[in-house]
Amino acid sequence: MSGLKHSLSEAKWRFAVPLLLVLSWEAFSRSGMIPASLLPAPSRVFSTWMDWIFGINESAQDSSGKWIYDAMASCLRVTAGYLIAAVSGIALGVAIGWWRWVERAIEPTVQMLRPVPPVSWIPLAIIWFGIANKPAIFLVFLGAFFPILMNTVHGVKTADRNLLRAAAMAGARQGQLLRFVILPAAMPSIFAGLRIGIGSAWMLTVTAEMVAVKSGLGYALWDSYYFLRYDLVIAAMISIGLLGFLADWILKQIMNSMLRWQHVSTVQGKG
Amino acid sequence: MAFIELNDIVKVFKDRKRGTDMLAIDHVSLKLEKKEFLCLLGPSGCGKSTLLNMIAGFEFPTSGEVKVAGRAITGPGADRGMVFQQANLMPWLPVWDNVAFSLKLQGKSAAERRAAAQPFIETVKLKGFENHYPNELSGGMAQRVGIARALLQNPSVILMDEPFAALDAQTKMEMQEELVALWQRYEGTIVFVTHSVDEALILATKVAVMTHRPGRMRELIDIDLPRPRDTTTQEFNHAKRHILGLIREEAALAHADAALLAA
Repeated sequence: MSGLKHSLSEAKWRFAVPLLLVLSWEAFSRSGMIPASLLPAPSRVFSTWMDWIFGINESAQDSSGKWIYDAMASCLRVTAGYLIAAVSGIALGVAIGWWRWVERAIEPTVQMLRPVPPVSWIPLAIIWFGIANKPAIFLVFLGAFFPILMNTVHGVKTADRNLLRAAAMAGARQGQLLRFVILPAAMPSIFAGLRIGIGSAWMLTVTAEMVAVKSGLGYALWDSYYFLRYDLVIAAMISIGLLGFLADWILKQIMNSMLRWQHVSTVQGKG
Repeated sequence: MAFIELNDIVKVFKDRKRGTDMLAIDHVSLKLEKKEFLCLLGPSGCGKSTLLNMIAGFEFPTSGEVKVAGRAITGPGADRGMVFQQANLMPWLPVWDNVAFSLKLQGKSAAERRAAAQPFIETVKLKGFENHYPNELSGGMAQRVGIARALLQNPSVILMDEPFAALDAQTKMEMQEELVALWQRYEGTIVFVTHSVDEALILATKVAVMTHRPGRMRELIDIDLPRPRDTTTQEFNHAKRHILGLIREEAALAHADAALLAA
């Protein structure tokens, strides 16, 4: 009971600062110090957002009720680019970390491409893939690929070599060493990379949609800017933030269930 | 034909940086029958772990050959069980799956592995800890899992590389007693590397004392003290005095060599 009370008072503090910010924003925006259209009040943003989602009163004009299509378009690009990046990043990362000759052959190229900001690929991406899903997926891939790759390499290289001896003694061949020892040993690092990657993936989807695609939350945001609908711009920003948060949350759940072995001792220690 | 055979083993380590060769093991031969419990003793750097690693298949002699059950060793494999100084358990697998790791590699189902692991888990007194992860275990418990894993692989040949060196005195004593009981029960052959003369005398049927580098066989001593071994008897201490004398001599010679090299 006291635990519940404690967590309630903790929750109170967690919400205090955001609530205060929203309230002062509302007050400031209603005070008339600057035109309401330049900084729409949170209440206005919220009602427009609700119309964008549910199509209640057409306050979002053309976008009314279309939120789910925009959100789905963005999610689809993130998912596609991210999955390609995850699969190829982990596979290549394990190969670079395990075989010296792969590292020698590929590492210099990777290190040269890595510092190039993914955004700078936009012109080429548009020439190669046109204006549609593909350039956005390509950009998402670029943004997520490098953190996943680098963390996988790190995880493979720092895996405890003594475990390899134990596994070899149990009769493991090279492929089995990779699958049953190296991959699980590198899993914590791989997940660190996957979580950095999902952040870049959302950032780059939105960027790509502003420039190279005619749908999605990023496009809705940029389009609303042209029509001076700053309430829609803010609603789009909030939507992107929430979806990014949700994607990371899902990843965290998968991670916690797969890396349960890392946390058991702390759980026991608390109880 | 002996069960474990080391025939005229020579090991030369090449020092690539300095371009020199270092003779680590100098013509060591050893024959071990089934059901023997051999402890390898010697000053540090004498090559006793290298010898063990050759039986395990992690290292190969420069000349000479290593045979187990009549077959030359070509690499590590599940026909021999090994217990390491650190337990070396897979931290992401629960106790039962660590014990049955060799069966996982053979593609056995989880149910089969679980069933095969159970008797060995009970043998090392870890009943109730089957689903614990390695980082929830104490050092002694982790080492028990390591022993169960080696037993499941093949109880007839167990190689042990200072497995109790990192344990506290109390746990070490318990583990030594249990190891003797396991050895008697499974009638296996054990090769055990240790620094401790007491440990060797508590466990072994034979103690091999090696010289300082390059390692040669100084003396192979049969230990036929009655079991359970009593560390306070005159016979025990007589044997201990003799072996300590050998080791002191070798350590002194090693220091003299080092001084000569430095001069």
